[in-house]
Amino acid sequence: MRYGETGFNLEIDLTRGTIERVETDPGLTELYLGGLGTNAKIMWDRVPPEADPFSPENILIFSTGLLCCSPAPGANRTIVTTYSPQTKLLAYSMMGGVFAPELKFAGYDKIIFRGKSPGLVYIWIHNDKVEIRAAEHLRGKGAVETQELIRKELKVPDAQVAAIGLAGENRVFMASIEQGRSSASRLGVGAVMGDKGIKAIAVRGTKDVNIARPAEFMKLCDEVMGYIKSREDKPVPGVMPILAGLGSPQEMKHVDEKWHTENFMWGNARVRRKNFWTPEIEENWKATQLSARKRLISCYNCPMKCGATISLPGMSTYMMKCFSKLTYSMAAYVDSLDFGFRIAQRATEYGVDGFSMPQTMAFAVELKEAGILTDADFAGCPSDNEGRFYWLLDRIVRREGIGDILADGTYWAAQKIGKGAEAFAHNNIKKHEQLPLKLSMLNPVYYLMYCTGEKMNITQIEGQFPQSPFPTMAEREDFIRDWIQVPDEKFKRYLLDWELRGERSNPYYPTPEMATDIVDWQEMMHFIDDSLGMCAGLSSFPLKPPYHIHNYPRFISAATGIDMDEEKLKTIYRRTRNLVRAVNVRRGLRRADEKPPEDHWKKRFPELEENLLDTYYKFKGWNSEGIPTRKTLRELDLDYVAEDFLKRGILTDAEAAPAIADTAKTEK
Amino acid sequence: MGEKKKKTIKTIKIDLDKCNGCRACEVICSAFHANPKYSSNNPARSRIRMIREPIRDIYVPVYAGEQAKAECMGRDRYAIGGKEYDECVFCRASCPSRDLFREPDSGLPLKCDMCEGEIEPLCVKWCITGALTCEEREEDAAEEVNMADVGAGLESLIAKYGLEKIADAVARISRKG
Repeated sequence: MRYGETGFNLEIDLTRGTIERVETDPGLTELYLGGLGTNAKIMWDRVPPEADPFSPENILIFSTGLLCCSPAPGANRTIVTTYSPQTKLLAYSMMGGVFAPELKFAGYDKIIFRGKSPGLVYIWIHNDKVEIRAAEHLRGKGAVETQELIRKELKVPDAQVAAIGLAGENRVFMASIEQGRSSASRLGVGAVMGDKGIKAIAVRGTKDVNIARPAEFMKLCDEVMGYIKSREDKPVPGVMPILAGLGSPQEMKHVDEKWHTENFMWGNARVRRKNFWTPEIEENWKATQLSARKRLISCYNCPMKCGATISLPGMSTYMMKCFSKLTYSMAAYVDSLDFGFRIAQRATEYGVDGFSMPQTMAFAVELKEAGILTDADFAGCPSDNEGRFYWLLDRIVRREGIGDILADGTYWAAQKIGKGAEAFAHNNIKKHEQLPLKLSMLNPVYYLMYCTGEKMNITQIEGQFPQSPFPTMAEREDFIRDWIQVPDEKFKRYLLDWELRGERSNPYYPTPEMATDIVDWQEMMHFIDDSLGMCAGLSSFPLKPPYHIHNYPRFISAATGIDMDEEKLKTIYRRTRNLVRAVNVRRGLRRADEKPPEDHWKKRFPELEENLLDTYYKFKGWNSEGIPTRKTLRELDLDYVAEDFLKRGILTDAEAAPAIADTAKTEK
Repeated sequence: MGEKKKKTIKTIKIDLDKCNGCRACEVICSAFHANPKYSSNNPARSRIRMIREPIRDIYVPVYAGEQAKAECMGRDRYAIGGKEYDECVFCRASCPSRDLFREPDSGLPLKCDMCEGEIEPLCVKWCITGALTCEEREEDAAEEVNMADVGAGLESLIAKYGLEKIADAVARISRKG
């Protein structure tokens, strides 16, 4: 019997229409855990590095994590992995909700899709019964609407459905996969799903998932529940509200948006909107939010309430979380939250990423104002800000006219448009739209995370360590007092010594060595979460979370029976981190790609930045191009990667990196 | 007879407005009732189930009660606070009309036992949003049996089936002990 996992994957070949239930190798669980770890291994083994994301060779994986379906609170993430049409690199977008638990209760750790369906289909998984069903009648239907239609059609109200909307069907690069209150939005995973001809996946599972050492496991769960409760009454002082508590940003709960509206450079802007948050706006937005919000809601087995049901007169209900509340209104310069909720409803039905889409639309508006896009490109577009955004949204998801170019996101659109449009795509890392922030002084920790993060999204890399120093020593001492999560006592020293000004302040403090340590810790927690299927909101994202490097090994041991300790878990993290890097290196990723947006910080330090990157690479056991060396790979049982690198000339026997591979260059 | 008997009534209060639909109640219930305890998880075996329709804002945790051998002839539909709750939503029965509260493999009925042996039902302990709370109170136990009622019931059965058949049935039931 397998513990923690089911030990079976569902393999679906869409070209041939075949379905297989395949037993997995328990040895891989010991090496890579599950979720992202084993997904990366499958991508490495099975998808040729030259495969186009929109080709039958690309595969699309929906994975549960190793702790999913155990009683551990928050272990509910679905890890969606494929090659991104936008970055051309590994995409591992995730969603919470109820999909992964339902899949594992149906008896599967992963669904692995390959090939392409000749017609639009949906997949119906009911325990051992799996069908590929025609979905032509669902073509063009909304992503939320589709979930309801399928449940009705199947007459199974408890089925959980993940679906794409029009954007995914039309292979829009910012297409999401929507499921209940959650969505896998980043990096175009919805576009790959659409390319494969999958409109939706419906699952219902009623099987058991086993725990190896039940009594021990429940004791750990009780401790975590107790800690979550105690953190509710004890927010971290001295940081902004969304960083003080647990969960992902509590945007559905909070109504005070002074900080976010005035400090982000929303849409495609380069400047803040100071004094935006007037008393009238405050009153108006608060009233809108409280009347639209029907209920705060959770994902499976999690007490946090990060999402909400949103219902406005005259339109169908949908669910929202995180920042989509602000992104559309702010990007469109429409100072109404009602507009934000309404356009987000349409965008959710279309199935698009709430960050990249408004940014791309704002980018188009800027290009029009700069005369780079013309009246002809905008023929038929209303002149008011609201109307213009709805018009752009409709064009993009349908890939009509200028929408067809914009549908590839700001980087690729700028390349196609030319005429200086490149300068307007100023907010990308590795071709992907980033959180719209422009800051003054370079922060060495954030510099490294922006450069080297392979999830392409800062919120999926940061966490654990405060974003800025506390002004007084008393506050710092207070903070470190119950900081049990630190992997090593040295992190407390880093924080105590970190000053707002002077010698021990940004950008030279934390030093490159310290910054590397801090980044490594933050990365470690995200990689472990993504393999266990744990929500970052209870672990890697907030300060002082309930899960950490000291209790995770015990959770894994008790759930699976695998003998685990901190050192072993750290090795698994390094193995997975290096494998993800290796998959991307084989796709062409090199040092030259690892840079933040040019104007992300006003004050830049070229020499220090090179030093930071060198120090980080060296710490990781990578060469100066950011490629894991043969020695590093061998230490982590990744000999097969080293051999492949040598065969392809990515590494030489001398371990020096040769000139950047030709295949990599052609795409840039 | 003499002194009056007391009994303890445990009541779980369900506040639908506070429910966030996380199903932690189902998780802990199915784990607690696994054999060995906590060795597996499967909400389909839970004795509390969430009736959950997010788009219509329906969130109703329901506890497994007695088994109903047959479906009801008539059904109810409740309209409360502008929302319409489908038939059976508030019903606690393990019933042929639905797959709630039955073991997924054997089809045997499930019933909430308030987590015997625990300080409070574990669904309540795990519901930190406060949708489920437990109250205890003592009540006088109605122990006395009214023989006139028993007689009236038997008379009507005898009238329907005849004295002989009823006597046979009583004898048969007594033998089973």
